[in-house]
Amino acid sequence: MNAGKILLVEDNPDDIALTMRALKSHNMTNDVVVAQDGVQALDYLFGAEGGAGPDELPAVVLLDLKLPKVNGLEVLQRIRADERTRLLPVVILTSSDEERDLIDGYRLGANSYVRKPVDFVEFTQAAKQLGLYWLLMNRAPPVPRRL
Amino acid sequence: MSPLRDWPIKRKLTAILLLISGLVLVLTSAAFVTYQVVTFRGTIQSHLATRSRILAANSTAALAFANEADATEILAALKYDPHMVAAALYNQDGRVLATYPVAATADLIPAAPQPDGYRFEGGRLVGFTPVAQGGKRLGTLYIASDTKDVSDALRLSGIIAIVVLAIAMLAAYALAAALQGRISAPILALAETATAVSTRQDYSVRAPKLGEDELGTLTDAFNQMLVRIEDQDRELRRYATELEQRVAERTQELQERHEAVRRNAAELLAANQELDAFAYSVSHDLRAPLRSIDGFSHVLLEDYAAQLDQAGRDSLQRVRAASQRMATLIDDLLKLARVTRAEMRTEVVDLSGMARDIVAELQRATPERHVEFAIAPGLEARGDPRLLRVALDNLLRNGWKYTAKQPRPQIEFASTNVNGERAFVVRDNGAGFDMKYADKLFGVFQRLHSAAEFEGTGVGLATVRRIITRHGGRIWAEGAVDRGATFYFTL
Repeated sequence: MNAGKILLVEDNPDDIALTMRALKSHNMTNDVVVAQDGVQALDYLFGAEGGAGPDELPAVVLLDLKLPKVNGLEVLQRIRADERTRLLPVVILTSSDEERDLIDGYRLGANSYVRKPVDFVEFTQAAKQLGLYWLLMNRAPPVPRRL
Repeated sequence: MSPLRDWPIKRKLTAILLLISGLVLVLTSAAFVTYQVVTFRGTIQSHLATRSRILAANSTAALAFANEADATEILAALKYDPHMVAAALYNQDGRVLATYPVAATADLIPAAPQPDGYRFEGGRLVGFTPVAQGGKRLGTLYIASDTKDVSDALRLSGIIAIVVLAIAMLAAYALAAALQGRISAPILALAETATAVSTRQDYSVRAPKLGEDELGTLTDAFNQMLVRIEDQDRELRRYATELEQRVAERTQELQERHEAVRRNAAELLAANQELDAFAYSVSHDLRAPLRSIDGFSHVLLEDYAAQLDQAGRDSLQRVRAASQRMATLIDDLLKLARVTRAEMRTEVVDLSGMARDIVAELQRATPERHVEFAIAPGLEARGDPRLLRVALDNLLRNGWKYTAKQPRPQIEFASTNVNGERAFVVRDNGAGFDMKYADKLFGVFQRLHSAAEFEGTGVGLATVRRIITRHGGRIWAEGAVDRGATFYFTL
């Protein structure tokens, strides 16, 4: 399998477990990094308190909207505001299908918006397709050199 | 001097009175003077004639004998009358026999006698009198008298006339001044009152009445008019005050109402925001546990199928079905909430076209079903296209669903006239319903069929009713069990 990680930003442990299970069934578990709130996600991407971030950016961020501390849309805003992560693919993966969230998500530069299906079979399908698409099919943008 | 018509009425009246009395006095005086002069002239003329005839009678002998000395002596007697200017006796041949005064100049005595008679000539009264005896004319006597008496009399009567005129005019002026007030005073009083009314808008003043003549009647009429105007003015002021008061009350009332409406609007806004927040959290938070229930049931079925018997697996399937059903319910409820909250954009909507689109969609989704559709062309209405689409979609989908067990399913979309109002009609020949429960048709979660018969959440028709109500329309249904259902709605 190709290099590149998935950054899963999700606070619900059940959803984390189900997502991991769905990805595992397609051998993608090793590539998943989990952040349980917005702050953790930002720490991972930009390094805690000004520290260094990861050596390599994830191939895609699966971002829940409703998160403790810093919510999903704010995380997205910060990602797009930073030169290093400006082009990072971000997929909003949420329970909400409020029009307002859709508009806000795309306006702030989300690459995709997926509503989590309640049906686990559908959910598994969605997770699998997301993983396959963003890890294997999609060509990630060139990563800017670190300063 | 201002033109006559601009004079004050007092002056006009005085001038008219003076003019009339002056004219009358002048004419009277002139007549008096003329009469005096004419009478006096007649008198002195007859005096002269008498005197001439006496002298002529005395002169017959002197003339008959051509006695110049006698003649001169006779004429000399005239010196006792100072008015006598000149006299002469002519003989039969017309030659002067004697003159008075003796050395009379030629311009005093005419060279030859003129026709008999007496006349005024060059400021003198002259007379030629025949001197005759026994019917035989002996000569002519000429006498000239001055007219000093006449001019004296003329002067005197002139002076008298002027004095009388002056006194009379003074008296007339005094009388006019005193009497014009009788006429002008009421008019002036009226004028003053009218001015007071017009400048001060004071309708309480009254013109004083100074008599019972026409001016008195005018004053009465004017005062009555003022009374009426005053009454009306008072009434008008009362109305104005009342009106002002009512406007003030009304304004106050409106402000209070406005305030109440504003408060209500604020409360509504708050309630709406709460509803928004509620819907949002329902959308997000209620779905997450459902996903867990379904997900982990699935995990159990997948990973622990061997440890479960048929009843256990069946139970887990039921758990999964229930969670999915609940997810559908949540989604439908959210749709209903959205229909209530959505902003309306009104435009002309092609309902026929919209119905055709929905039908095409239904047929694509379930190609194995064959339903006969009849959609009347050209149906249009003013409304929000998105909301109307949701309503029409629910109604047609309803028909689609409840005709599933009908061997020859038919669905119709048309318009009809109900009590003079245009109503749209969606009719099907499906399962229908019992009219006993017609009032429950549009309630949330109200279902007339079991889920085993026809699946559904009982939110669809409630959503339709909300949309129609938001458009200011009505919706109702008619039907019978197994005879199909007909939905009517107005917009």
